[in-house]
Amino acid sequence: MVKLTDITKVYRAGDVPVPALRGINLQIQEGEFLAIMGPSGSGKSTLLNILGCLDKPTSGTYELDGLKVSAFDEERLAVLRNRKVGFVFQSFNLLRRLPAVEQVELPLLYRRVPNRRRLALQALGDMGLADRVAHRPPQLSGGEQQRVAIARCLVTHPALVLADEPTGALDTATGHDIMRIFHRLNAERGITIALVTHEREVAAYAHRVIRLQDGQIVSDELNSSPNGSPAADGPSLGGDAGSEASRA
Amino acid sequence: MTITDTIRTALAALAANKLRSSLTMLGIIIGVSAVITLMAVGQGSQKGVTERIQGLGSNLIFIRPGESQASNVQAAVYGGQALTLVDADAYAINDPERFPYVEGVAPQVDFEGRLIAGGENTTTTIIGTTPDYPYVRDLYVARGQFIGDDDITRKGLVAVLGHRVAQTLFGNSDPIGKSVRLSVGPPSMSITFNFRVIGVMEPKGATATGDEDDLMFIPLPTMQARIPFLRNPQGLSNVFQITVKVSDRNDFGQAEKDIAALLRERHNVTEDDFEILTQTDVANLKAAETEISQTLWAAMAAIAGISLAVGGIGIMNIMLVSVTERTREIGIRKAVGATGGDILRQFLVEALMVTMAGGATGVILGVTLSTLADGRTILEQSVRADVSPFAVILAFGVSAVIGLFFGIYPAYNASRLNPIEALHHE
Repeated sequence: MVKLTDITKVYRAGDVPVPALRGINLQIQEGEFLAIMGPSGSGKSTLLNILGCLDKPTSGTYELDGLKVSAFDEERLAVLRNRKVGFVFQSFNLLRRLPAVEQVELPLLYRRVPNRRRLALQALGDMGLADRVAHRPPQLSGGEQQRVAIARCLVTHPALVLADEPTGALDTATGHDIMRIFHRLNAERGITIALVTHEREVAAYAHRVIRLQDGQIVSDELNSSPNGSPAADGPSLGGDAGSEASRA
Repeated sequence: MTITDTIRTALAALAANKLRSSLTMLGIIIGVSAVITLMAVGQGSQKGVTERIQGLGSNLIFIRPGESQASNVQAAVYGGQALTLVDADAYAINDPERFPYVEGVAPQVDFEGRLIAGGENTTTTIIGTTPDYPYVRDLYVARGQFIGDDDITRKGLVAVLGHRVAQTLFGNSDPIGKSVRLSVGPPSMSITFNFRVIGVMEPKGATATGDEDDLMFIPLPTMQARIPFLRNPQGLSNVFQITVKVSDRNDFGQAEKDIAALLRERHNVTEDDFEILTQTDVANLKAAETEISQTLWAAMAAIAGISLAVGGIGIMNIMLVSVTERTREIGIRKAVGATGGDILRQFLVEALMVTMAGGATGVILGVTLSTLADGRTILEQSVRADVSPFAVILAFGVSAVIGLFFGIYPAYNASRLNPIEALHHE
């Protein structure tokens, strides 16, 4: 579903070219749960931005769902972000002024979807936030904010969910709650997920882990017993998210 | 994003910064209300002039004595204007055979006189004229009657009072049949006559020639017979003006030519010793008189224009600040799929809403100011104000254009932001 071929990305700091990615070749199959690891400056965020159509590679080709994204202009990339990709950020990136339900409606607004309110409420309900729909970000806990962000990402039914250190701003317990949500989205709905992290415990939820160093993939391993697998965990997605909401 | 959603989003953003939004509007409010008020006052005074010209009557031609080389006493007395017109000229013009389009002719002599009746006295303008005068000048008799043909032939000592003169001298009692004493000339050597009041005119108000209610009419021959200095050295009786009413405005050209030919022939001159003005000419002259106030108007319009421009620059400034402040918001919106066009429209609509709300407030303020000023005397000038729908549409349109013009650059900047950089903006 995702096919990166010889992707390079060179930033310019003044006149000095700074290579961030040097020849990435990567394929992600539908339904995969991939973790991208690596030290700071290894290019993992750059890679995620390119996957998320937020950035364009300097050279190489990127195919997403059969579309040759690397040839797209800004406006078409925006449409692609809206229709194919869902983003979850470390710092949640919610709009301060809007209540939760309008945060989730936002991508639908740009897609001109009718019944936005109903779809948004449903997505928030799935995240166990049915009683938080009118709350604004400052009134929500970190875990709740991240779940609003996940609802916003899922409401468009994206082909690919990208998460950039989604647990980085959360305490360990809440981080695990969020990771269990990702696990279930992947396991129960078959959603393809690519996640950037530098925490081993977080990466342990993924089926496949790639490591980046100096803009190159240095390892690509399968995880035979990912964390949060059915054997290790009981309750279903809705029930679990609900319990977290009641705790918060 | 649909336009409804864009407007809703813009409204929410403006509502989040109410004080800033209203301060931003202030420049536009001042500019637009100034434009509305200025246009209303300009329109109103124009209308006032037109009404006064129309108040004179309709389809009129005015014949006045011209500059003359003849040096005589009258020339000195009447400000260098020789009294070259005589009442016989007026009677000659009133010839249906030769001038079929002439509907009425009214020669007149005006002078100042003191009136006394009972215990009251007043100084007013006395007009010596003929029975055609009310018809030509659109005046109506309220009580009694106007000067008749009989009074002309008899040179009768009869008078018709203007509305205000009647009020001053007789109050609420009926002046018809009462006697009025008229004194003319300097107090030491004045001539005094007793006139019998035969009529009172309806109120008319001010026209281009002055207050039409502060007058007294007497038969022209009476005046000429009684007041010797109105006769010229040739023993003829001079008039100050002959007013001719023609049946149609389109006859002005022909009438002007024919009358000029007649008068040249009668006066036996090659160079005109008279001046012919149509009502259109008078209107143009009056328009020229108001030109000085047009200069003032232009200066004030410039101030209004500058305040609109300053208001627009203020909006641009605030929008630029707003784009910087909301960089992260723009990044988030782009990350979830807003196109550059979506962002451009959002910020442009915000700028438009500020200017159009300012425009609407300015229109309300301007209309209120104009309504308050209408009919009042401000700085010793009576102000007429007339708000036209055109001015409202223009002012509103201008504020929208300002929103577009000054909003486009900040909105364009916002739409061009790189989503990744915008997301990492603190």
